[in-house]
Amino acid sequence: MMVPGQRDQPIPSFGDRATEVRNAVLADAVAGVAPRWVATPHSTKEVASVLKAANEQGLAVVARGTARRLSWGQPPNRVDIVLDTTSLSGVIEHVAGDLVVAVGAGTRLDELQSVLARAGQRLALDGEHGDSTIGGLIANAVSGPSRLLYGTLRDLLIGVTFVRGDGVIAKAGGKVVKNVAGYDIGKLLHGSWGTLAVITEAILRLHPVPPAQRWVTIQVDDPSRTGELVQRVLHSQLVPTAIELDRTPSGSSLLTVMLEGIEAGVRTRADSVSILLGNGAVSSESQPDMWGKPPAAAGDYLLRLTTEVAALPLLLDAVTEASGATGLPMHIRGSVGVGSMLASLPSDASSDKIGAFLDTLRRKSNRWGGTVVVLDAPLPVVRSIDTWGPVQALDLMRSVKVGFDPARVLSPGRFVGGI
Amino acid sequence: MAEIDILAQQLRSALGDGAVISDWQRRRTYECDGLAQYKVTPALVVVAENAEQIAETVRACDQASVPFVARGSGTGLSGGALPHADGVLIVTSKLRRIHEIDWVNLRAVVEPGVINLDVTKAATPYGYYYAPDPSSQQVCSLGGNVAENSGGAHCLKYGFTTNHITGIELITPRGEKVQLGGKAPDVPGYDLLGVVVGSEGTLGIATEITLRLTRSPETVRTLLAGFSSTDDAGAAVSAIIGAGVIPAAIEMMDALAIEAAEAAVHCGYPAGAQAVLVVELDGPAIEVAHAVDEVQRHCREHGSEEIRIAKDDGERALIWRGRKSAFAAVGRISPDYIVQDGVIPRTALPEVLQRIRDLAQAHGVRVANVFHAGDGNLHPLVLFDDAIEGQAERAEQLSGEIVTLCIEFGGSITGEHGVGADKVKYMQLMFTDDDLDTMQLVRCAFDPDGLSNPGKVFPTPRMCGEAPRRHRVALDSQKTDLTGRP
Ligand SMILES: Cc1cc2nc3c(=O)[nH]c(=O)nc-3n(C[C@H](O)[C@H](O)[C@H](O)COP(=O)(O)OP(=O)(O)OC[C@H]3O[C@@H](n4cnc5c(N)ncnc54)[C@H](O)[C@@H]3O)c2cc1C
Repeated sequence: MMVPGQRDQPIPSFGDRATEVRNAVLADAVAGVAPRWVATPHSTKEVASVLKAANEQGLAVVARGTARRLSWGQPPNRVDIVLDTTSLSGVIEHVAGDLVVAVGAGTRLDELQSVLARAGQRLALDGEHGDSTIGGLIANAVSGPSRLLYGTLRDLLIGVTFVRGDGVIAKAGGKVVKNVAGYDIGKLLHGSWGTLAVITEAILRLHPVPPAQRWVTIQVDDPSRTGELVQRVLHSQLVPTAIELDRTPSGSSLLTVMLEGIEAGVRTRADSVSILLGNGAVSSESQPDMWGKPPAAAGDYLLRLTTEVAALPLLLDAVTEASGATGLPMHIRGSVGVGSMLASLPSDASSDKIGAFLDTLRRKSNRWGGTVVVLDAPLPVVRSIDTWGPVQALDLMRSVKVGFDPARVLSPGRFVGGI
Repeated sequence: MAEIDILAQQLRSALGDGAVISDWQRRRTYECDGLAQYKVTPALVVVAENAEQIAETVRACDQASVPFVARGSGTGLSGGALPHADGVLIVTSKLRRIHEIDWVNLRAVVEPGVINLDVTKAATPYGYYYAPDPSSQQVCSLGGNVAENSGGAHCLKYGFTTNHITGIELITPRGEKVQLGGKAPDVPGYDLLGVVVGSEGTLGIATEITLRLTRSPETVRTLLAGFSSTDDAGAAVSAIIGAGVIPAAIEMMDALAIEAAEAAVHCGYPAGAQAVLVVELDGPAIEVAHAVDEVQRHCREHGSEEIRIAKDDGERALIWRGRKSAFAAVGRISPDYIVQDGVIPRTALPEVLQRIRDLAQAHGVRVANVFHAGDGNLHPLVLFDDAIEGQAERAEQLSGEIVTLCIEFGGSITGEHGVGADKVKYMQLMFTDDDLDTMQLVRCAFDPDGLSNPGKVFPTPRMCGEAPRRHRVALDSQKTDLTGRP
């Protein structure tokens, strides 16, 4: 790791004197790359000042929320400024009657949820993301089990204010759920990993908190049987909120179906799901331990595997095969009802073995119609692996990047194709 | 020979005579879409047979720097498919193949000219349907739906077109074929699909569409409630949503709209009602039964004296017939009308409806309201008679004031019909120059020469090199680095 911060240098101010700036310390490193300063703007305008200064001075900027996923992706080519978004926080406006909230991008999800809960509402993003910021969750396209029913933040984000890489403040969408005026830039920023713009405010669509929830779980180790059970629930009329699989490296698998609604309805539907799943299904009012948690321990490789829902067994078989060939055990956990799962590989896996594992899966991935992406990987191995795999329409993406961030100020090198 | 004639000749030899229309009378039949007050005869019309022909046509346009406009069924209500006088109109209506009803994956793959309702018809035998249901669903195309991000009555619960499209094959304005998304979710890279949906044909032409199929619900209940004022009906809507019930649809009609619908289709709505709500609930039987009770309670608490619940499919269809025929029905009580499509926060409904009444009175113009109350998407129908001097102007003026009103209440100028040619003039009410510039940066990435449906969406379309100029300079100097092109 590089040595951070020329400590004796005077601390610069980036256009707007109000913005706090301090020298970076070791803990501010971004995937092993040391920044020089940490700037903490309090408003969209202050963010713009920092980015304008960065453009003028040729500095690279990485936006940081609570740093839960700051190590994701390739290490940036360079970082001068870490832009700390956590002071862009707080609920700006919650109109309960409209089921809409406007919130600063640096607000933590758990803070937002607790404000909403007072009105019996929630942002339909579950999982272990409470200590993440809204901006970070949008930027990294993070989702939870209930995406089966409610979609992801892509579907819940109805308005967004942001500062483009070139320092220009702009917004898209608005405060109403139904709106087709102009391009939907929010969708472009969702999953852009901080390489196009710094999100400063988000307007989100909300849902009422349902009166009751239930989880029905069954142990099912055989991949084709797993696939069959997923299909049964998916094609039923029971409207599950989530269908999740937790499959350990040994192949031991728990399939869990979540139901929400009124008490009487949830109980009846849970009984019906139990019948569909067959002998051994257990219905409970509390969620399983693993619910919404990533399968990886700190330092592990974290991957995202996707598939057409009906082709799940092919993917699971291919994983078993790749594990056999490389000796790398993989833990899979995620939304089999939509075909998007997280997966982990052990932190000490060599780059050769990881490469072989990825190759084996990607070569066959057209059989299940999915992709294999490495989200997070230990240093320095990450530099020697193809974390993204094949990417569609890369030229168009590069042109979009050039438009938003012509000087490549924002997180250079972290995203697909070296963007 | 004029440039367009050279292009016509070239396309004829590439696509065959039948696909290319030069004859003025035949071109003229394509002069407008569903918004007939704008008319432009296209210089050339290509009725493509397949995706390859669309790609060929776009490539030829790109090489000749001739603008092109895609047209599906031409039912758009914002002049989105309004042709360009010097350009080629590319018609997709022959691309009507449903490639796949892949219900096991909850997907269908279709050509862009496929009619919205035909997807549902093809999926129904398997117990599935395509959720976004514009009132025009018997005639509008999926390509048009994708371009407009169309909505429908059931989008309150199920979301809009954008939430139901998982992939498209796109011919970019430079004539390249790209696939964005597919059947599986979470494709790596920027979500270009998310921007292309709703871009109104300005980022290229969709030649294949992968969409999500939705499982048919176990139970559907449809309910009709009469109220003595739109205020009461609006308050009932707020109460229903506030109670945590999310109906599949909540539609409202006011007295004038009811009168028109009654005259047209005899839907038997409650006599003397000043407003009706059509509320539909769907899902598992127990949940629906509970929700129906809740909805009835809230309607009664807000003064509804007559509530009818459809007993069978026939009664359900009758309730919907009144609503779905409303636009056409209004045509019977007024020779001309303007449909607005503004959106307001649902909680502002009573206040905004009152303001619209005041404005209408001040202008001496009648306004019928038929709209998606659940998501605040108004469709005020501003009635006038073009034959009477001054009426059209007054209607146009009022219509503009209603749009401004929607913005004042924090809403949008369009909820589903799109900006097209018609609402370009209002875009600056909603967006700053920088907001619009940002959108145009995406446009520049896809269509640097501005050939794909020019003049739509953006009030001041700019050459990509023009403003802000520094982008272009930076882009050129970085091309080798970022785009890989020389
Ligand atoms: C009576 C009536 C009721 C309506 N009700 C509703 C409603 O409830 N909800 C709603 O949202 N709309 C409604 N509409 C509007 C209209 O039907 C929709 O906008 C519809 O999606 C348009 O489809 P189309 O095939 O007719 O498209 P067109 O009118 O032909 O084109 C619309 C736009 O799409 C572009 N386009 C067409 N095909 C493609 C393609 N393959 N690739 C890229 N761009 C393309 C065109 O360039 C144009 O900009 C209604 C219209 C009428 C007349």
